[in-house]
Amino acid sequence: MKGNYDKAFENVVRLRVMSILMVNEEYDFNSFKEILEVTDGNLASHLKNLEKQEYIEVNKSFVGRKPLTTYSATSTGKKAFQDHLEFLENLIKANKA
Amino acid sequence: MKKPEQELAEIKSMMERSTRFLSLSGLSGVLAGIYAIIGAGIAWYWIYFPLSEWGDAANELSDSELIWRILFLGLVIMGLALITGWNMSKQKSAKASQKFWTSASKRFWQALFIPVLLGGLFCFALVHEHTFQLIPAAMLCFYGLGLVSASHFTLGEIKKLGFSQLGFGVLAAFFPQFGLLFWAGGFGILHVIYGSMMYYKYDR
Repeated sequence: MKGNYDKAFENVVRLRVMSILMVNEEYDFNSFKEILEVTDGNLASHLKNLEKQEYIEVNKSFVGRKPLTTYSATSTGKKAFQDHLEFLENLIKANKA
Repeated sequence: MKKPEQELAEIKSMMERSTRFLSLSGLSGVLAGIYAIIGAGIAWYWIYFPLSEWGDAANELSDSELIWRILFLGLVIMGLALITGWNMSKQKSAKASQKFWTSASKRFWQALFIPVLLGGLFCFALVHEHTFQLIPAAMLCFYGLGLVSASHFTLGEIKKLGFSQLGFGVLAAFFPQFGLLFWAGGFGILHVIYGSMMYYKYDR
């Protein structure tokens, strides 16, 4: 079957994070926390996991004195997500046939 | 593993929620339209009454006291419409237990307000140059552009509303003697029509 089921997206938080980064150039930690309604620790560990696989990139900067951490999808991450999507679509088609 | 259909739906909903401002209240659009119609009625009364005919308003408008009164009226209507839209959208997002001030809503308001603020400055320049007859056209065109640019970040109806406003704006530019009528049509009637469409489709 075409496409690839990616274990990295098995977890729903990671799947959602990646979905958001596919359509937003960058997204910051607090906005993730709000939209996903997860705890700091939980979110951080999933972000770390995606970062380790080089699916996302971290960008740290300062707004005034406050640190701002934003994330963006890497080309590897985008490719992996596309493959994952393709797999899901093909699976649906196969189930229908 | 979840069902693939569920997983795809999950992805789609996250993409939409993170990029689009979906809490725009339809009812507030209807109210904004009603304010505009009332405002246009008052302006018509000031400018044309008791002549009760359309046509060249430039003579009456050269009276500078009147033009400032009309500008003030316009600002009051805009203020009321904004406060209504802001509060009712806030209520709508609270009802759906979603955040009101997200990066998506920021982008929406920003995309809307850059053309609208520029349009406001442009209209002040028109007042300054005494080119009053083009003010309704300029307001409609800049507002339409704002809506079209903001429509990427919100409900689909806003794009159609934007193009309709642009259509009215261009007509108002070619027939400036009916400027007030087009203004009432664009800011009044179109808001009522699209606002009620959005209300029936999303808010009920």
